[in-house]
Amino acid sequence: MAQTATRSKPATRTKSGRTPARAAKSGPFGGESHELLRGYFQQMTLIRRFEERAAQGYTQAKIGGYCHLNLGEEATVVGLMSALRKTDLLFTNYREHGYAIAKGIEPGRVMAELYGRSTGTSKGWGGSMHMFDSDAGLLGGYGIVGGQIPLATGAAMAVDYRGGDQVVMCQMGDGTTNIGAFHEALNIAALWNLPVVFVVVNNHMGMGTTVDKASAESDLYKRAAAYRMHGERVDGNNVLEVRDAATKLVEQARESGTPALLEAVSDRLKGHSVVDPGKYRSEDSVQQARANDPVVNFRAKLIDAGVLDEDAAAEIEKQAQADADAAVAFADDSPHPEVSTLFDYTYATPVANDSRRLPADPVF
Amino acid sequence: MTYRQALHDTLRDEMHRDEDVFLIGEEIGVFEGSYKITAGLLEEFGEKRVRDTPIAEEGFVGAAVGAAMLGLRPVVELMTINFSLIALDQIVNHAAKIYGMFGGQTSVPMVLRTPGGGGQQLGATHSQNIELYYAFVPGLKVVAPSTPADAKALLLASLRDDDPVLFLENLALYNTKGEVPDDVAPAEIGKAAVTREGSDVTIIGYSRMAGIAGQVAAKLHDEEGIDAEVVDLRSLRPLDRETVVNSVRKTGCAVVAEDDWLTYGIGAEIAASISDGAFDYLDAPVRRVAAAEVPLPYAKPLEKAALPSAESLTTAVRETLDAVGARR
Ligand SMILES: Cc1ncc(C[n+]2csc(CCOP(=O)(O)OP(=O)(O)O)c2C)c(N)n1
Repeated sequence: MAQTATRSKPATRTKSGRTPARAAKSGPFGGESHELLRGYFQQMTLIRRFEERAAQGYTQAKIGGYCHLNLGEEATVVGLMSALRKTDLLFTNYREHGYAIAKGIEPGRVMAELYGRSTGTSKGWGGSMHMFDSDAGLLGGYGIVGGQIPLATGAAMAVDYRGGDQVVMCQMGDGTTNIGAFHEALNIAALWNLPVVFVVVNNHMGMGTTVDKASAESDLYKRAAAYRMHGERVDGNNVLEVRDAATKLVEQARESGTPALLEAVSDRLKGHSVVDPGKYRSEDSVQQARANDPVVNFRAKLIDAGVLDEDAAAEIEKQAQADADAAVAFADDSPHPEVSTLFDYTYATPVANDSRRLPADPVF
Repeated sequence: MTYRQALHDTLRDEMHRDEDVFLIGEEIGVFEGSYKITAGLLEEFGEKRVRDTPIAEEGFVGAAVGAAMLGLRPVVELMTINFSLIALDQIVNHAAKIYGMFGGQTSVPMVLRTPGGGGQQLGATHSQNIELYYAFVPGLKVVAPSTPADAKALLLASLRDDDPVLFLENLALYNTKGEVPDDVAPAEIGKAAVTREGSDVTIIGYSRMAGIAGQVAAKLHDEEGIDAEVVDLRSLRPLDRETVVNSVRKTGCAVVAEDDWLTYGIGAEIAASISDGAFDYLDAPVRRVAAAEVPLPYAKPLEKAALPSAESLTTAVRETLDAVGARR
């Protein structure tokens, strides 16, 4: 399904979205290492189980606020993250639990953040929408639609300024491509030739608004052309197709500092957030999403191809469940942040006359 | 040396001192800045360190925030504070919050330089004093120097600070002159200055009005023997309530002079602080001299009437002292 649009140079890819060398090999998975394939399945399954546990924690009121899940987007998440080095930097929107895990953060710390505990990725200050871990290269999940895009452009500018070889990836949803920040940040990234790959996860919906109702050009990857940037669309339910396209664009950014826009078409299995039953969706689109379930389908294909047998698949699933359960246990056992730390994170450079008063405290 | 020159020289010195400091904004390079603060810097430091941007305030302010997260020290020039509204999301939702919402893991060491203020017949959209919008936000620091020496001291402090600092300039101040010793030390952000000692009344101001407060105090002293103390806030967040309150405890009455609108303005916060900390010492209500609450008009007499001036401040001080019966 891969499609490309670019104004600067002709598409160099085959229709399958694979590199010619890979496509030439025989079998459904070509020359792919079985270990890698199992690894992708393991990660996708872990994210699936983790998100199911997150939904449960929310209904048990152990998780508050908003909680947006990656259910149905696991192939995109794992495909994208496998294209990045550990040192590469990632900015995401608020739907980032899976990205945090796939970027290498302990699931326990991700769950602890959902629980608002001090062991969480943001010490309980961020919650579901605002996870951060510089060791893992996750430079934040952001709750304002599109707010992360200029930040990612700026991070790429800093990499460029210092002559580093990191690449910045900036994830967003389809609804995000209509906000001003998207256009301003892509324009600047292209003007200054910055090493950033913008990724639109097109799950067809922004809350209840479908892509065609929100975007005058609903082939979102084509918007790249307005910035003389390479744009490309892949099947977001195919982990290998996502990985290959992302790897190519990431390496191109690394070598020549060229930004690009990748659109991964995927499906949201549940509502916009845990509390949204998604009643506005047609039965057809729900059926379609289920039929496209990337975890179920990948499992079946791996078994068909003999990469996994039923027992091995079940073993991976059992382990993923155990890991998700362990994450919950870790979160449950973790302490809440001390109220005495309330004023610790307003300013990095302490200041004279910082106002450190609780509502009941007198000013003088 | 002029306020403009002090800003220029400080930027230049700091760019020599620290490779991580770079300038970014509209027309700051080839055009040398709308108000020429960055004159010559593109030639001296090159495009990497003096970066002209497209007209995309949200985009380039956000890019500066992202660069600061990686440890660079961007100095953003926003042509005027009026255009900062376009970048409000990046300033308030991102720059100010990133340190806190990620539990102190990454800070945003960035300076947003921007002039504000009316009096140049620029009309309603180009004459606003909206520093209050930023001074309201925990996580931001907002400083407002009133003299060339303070411009240097506060800019040095802002450039070396690890938090986002909104550095408020004023169009009316760029050409003001003052002594700037070579060895000016970085100011302590969050400290007000008592720029004139006195015992009869405290006048509190910042930026342009702090300078006018000083002139008014000198004149009242020379012509009428009134002994006014002047407090220049210098920093709007954090706010040095102590210095204000201590002064009012000494003098027993206060007049606040501000260029912004009255309702909910900086002066309201100062008056409330005085009520909290010096109520028992007050001999008269706290007076506030602020801009008329209208979109600033273009026509010269209207604009002049709308803005606080030495005359309106003088009247307010006299009336306050009349109220305490202390006028000599
Ligand atoms: C600036 C802004 N406007 C509105 C919202 C409320 N909101 C949160 S998510 C969302 C939908 C975004 O859809 P999309 O970009 O497609 O991402 P998805 O949720 O599908 O991952 C909206 C409208 C917001 N957070 N920020």
